[in-house]
Amino acid sequence: MARKISMKQAINEALDLEMTRDPSVVVMGEDIVGGTGSPGEDDAWGGVLGVTKGLYAKHGDRLMDTPLSESAYVGAAIGAATCGLRPVAELMFIDFMGVCFDQIFNQAAKFRYMFGGKAETPVVIRAMVGAGFRAAAQHSQMLTPVFTHIPGVKVVCPSNAYDAKGLLIQSIRDNDPVIFCEHKNLYGLECDVPAESYAIPFGEANVLRDGGDVTIVSYGLTVHRAMEAAEALARDRVEAEVVDLRTLSPIDWDTIIDSVERTGRLVVVDEAHPRCSIASDVAAFVGQNAFGALKAGVQMVTAPHVPVPFSPVLEDLYIPNAPSIAEAARRTLSPTGTSPRSIAA
Amino acid sequence: MQNERIKPIVMPKWGLSMSEGKITGWLKQPGSTIAVGDDLLEVETDKITNVVEAGEAGTLRRVLAEPGNVYPVKALIAVLADPDVPETEVDAFVAGYAVPKGDDGAEAEAAPRYLFTETPAGTLRYAKRGDGGPTVLLVHGFGGDLDNWLFTIDALAEGATVYALDLPGHGQSTKAVADPTLAGLSAALRGFMDTVGIGPAHLVGHSMGGAVSMRTALDAPDRVASLSLIASAGLGPEINHAYIQGFIAATGRRDLKPVLETLFADPGLVSRQMTEDVLKYKRLDGVDGALRALSAALFDGGAQAGVLHGAVAAAGKPTLVVWGGQDRIIPAAHATALGSNARAEVIPNAGHMVQMEAAGTVNALLKEHIGVR
Repeated sequence: MARKISMKQAINEALDLEMTRDPSVVVMGEDIVGGTGSPGEDDAWGGVLGVTKGLYAKHGDRLMDTPLSESAYVGAAIGAATCGLRPVAELMFIDFMGVCFDQIFNQAAKFRYMFGGKAETPVVIRAMVGAGFRAAAQHSQMLTPVFTHIPGVKVVCPSNAYDAKGLLIQSIRDNDPVIFCEHKNLYGLECDVPAESYAIPFGEANVLRDGGDVTIVSYGLTVHRAMEAAEALARDRVEAEVVDLRTLSPIDWDTIIDSVERTGRLVVVDEAHPRCSIASDVAAFVGQNAFGALKAGVQMVTAPHVPVPFSPVLEDLYIPNAPSIAEAARRTLSPTGTSPRSIAA
Repeated sequence: MQNERIKPIVMPKWGLSMSEGKITGWLKQPGSTIAVGDDLLEVETDKITNVVEAGEAGTLRRVLAEPGNVYPVKALIAVLADPDVPETEVDAFVAGYAVPKGDDGAEAEAAPRYLFTETPAGTLRYAKRGDGGPTVLLVHGFGGDLDNWLFTIDALAEGATVYALDLPGHGQSTKAVADPTLAGLSAALRGFMDTVGIGPAHLVGHSMGGAVSMRTALDAPDRVASLSLIASAGLGPEINHAYIQGFIAATGRRDLKPVLETLFADPGLVSRQMTEDVLKYKRLDGVDGALRALSAALFDGGAQAGVLHGAVAAAGKPTLVVWGGQDRIIPAAHATALGSNARAEVIPNAGHMVQMEAAGTVNALLKEHIGVR
């Protein structure tokens, strides 16, 4: 039965269900149990924000607290995956991935290809992404495009608890390496989630709102900003269709193209930096494959090309917001491509 | 403030989860004379858009709800009154209108919408509405769930005790289907009746649920007071095998939506939310296996395995057969399979989900057949 739970609880539940279903699923990371080997409560932390709390009590040593060495344990998880386990490595902040690039880019992503299809690497690397947490420039990046760039790695970034559970279960069952990106400012967001197990297939975008005037494509936290913008636009009689990509690699081009062919206008919203981003990727694909359908230039709403500021005021300005998304949509509706304040007829 | 000559029209409640509805348009203008059953307006919920029919006659004196706006269930949206009722009285009625509370209000709202029970076939979800009067049990079809009765359950519950369940493999019931035959599903249905304590009931079955109801009438005639078979399986061998296969195979919205559209005469009724709700069900672990097992046992090779009309005709239960004339899943020609042993009604301009697409007509037929007052 469905009940309202948070995205944090949904991720915990997905791990719990898959560990129960499949004994080859193991979880490893820094302080994911917390307190192992030291006096005091055995299961005190459950990860830096408590996502894995309670799992040690149920699954014991299949959760491993690792040393503070991402290079080592991400490599270990990838190696274990090639040898028959289904490890889920938690990497706290995606910003720390820098020290594991060889393991991910050159090893995990390449095994299936370089061993003639004989090697599989069913590993999931979970990490927190995104700004707005007052965690400064080294703990706040949206590095989804970096991983999307690499063939052989799948990239997932859910916007809500229902999707997080189904996509994480799919990630664990998938036979390829998956980078599972969890926006830390969505952890507390609740929605209806079935208690049972379910898997959401990769490459299936979700359409959150129907509209015939403009398509807004996004993923993760900014999906909610896009929905706010769509509500504001609706008050001016502009109906936006909002597409939540859910997975960035593979990506659901068909849903994007279908929508743009109906609306003729596209706004892509991405919390990543603008250069070589999901926004520029989608804009380029639509420009190349649906140019004839476009009635206006594609608009991108992204973070600026600067590190995430630590100043709370600046950090809030850094993340794409609903007014800037609505404004971009209005630009696509303006015959001159400039930005009138209102296009209400 | 009771005034027999002034009658409120309120936002209907369709199904257990509806809390509000959006007015998409009025089909009658203020001042129109309204007869019972006239189409008054269209309301959109997060599940479906449908027409609200007049439950009472009169002149449409006030239209209070505006198209495009959202109103809570039971909110006053229009007023009917006889032409000679003075304007001031109508205005006073509107001003003094309070959303009714009491046994149908606060208490019913506070009760759980869905219930779960442990049966020999596993955990089954069900809903119970209404009290007293005849006992009615609603049985959905292949791939469906109890929300297929969202326009039916509350209408019947006005004068009956109505149960609706999710069969094994469906909705939020167990996904284990121990015996995927009609006899197995019928045994699960009787196990449910035993567990919940439901005596002889009027069985209302849609599609596969109709065949399950017929099987129950044959295997346990003392449990079945009457049969109402809506676009029912079991009345002939033909079935749209492409639909069954397409429903099972679809994993995404883009595959599933065209499949669901074949269920309705008006494909526009298949909303994004309806498609998403079915997908959410289909993604659950165990559902794919359950649907494949049922399909193999009941519709193998594109022909219905259980054709029961001969035996049901001989069993002599009071039987109503209702079909949508535009049914693209099971041919409407099956409606007359029971001949003079049943009352058969074919509703034009409705598809396989006739109980949703022509809810007012189907509800009236069911009430008459079952004796709901």
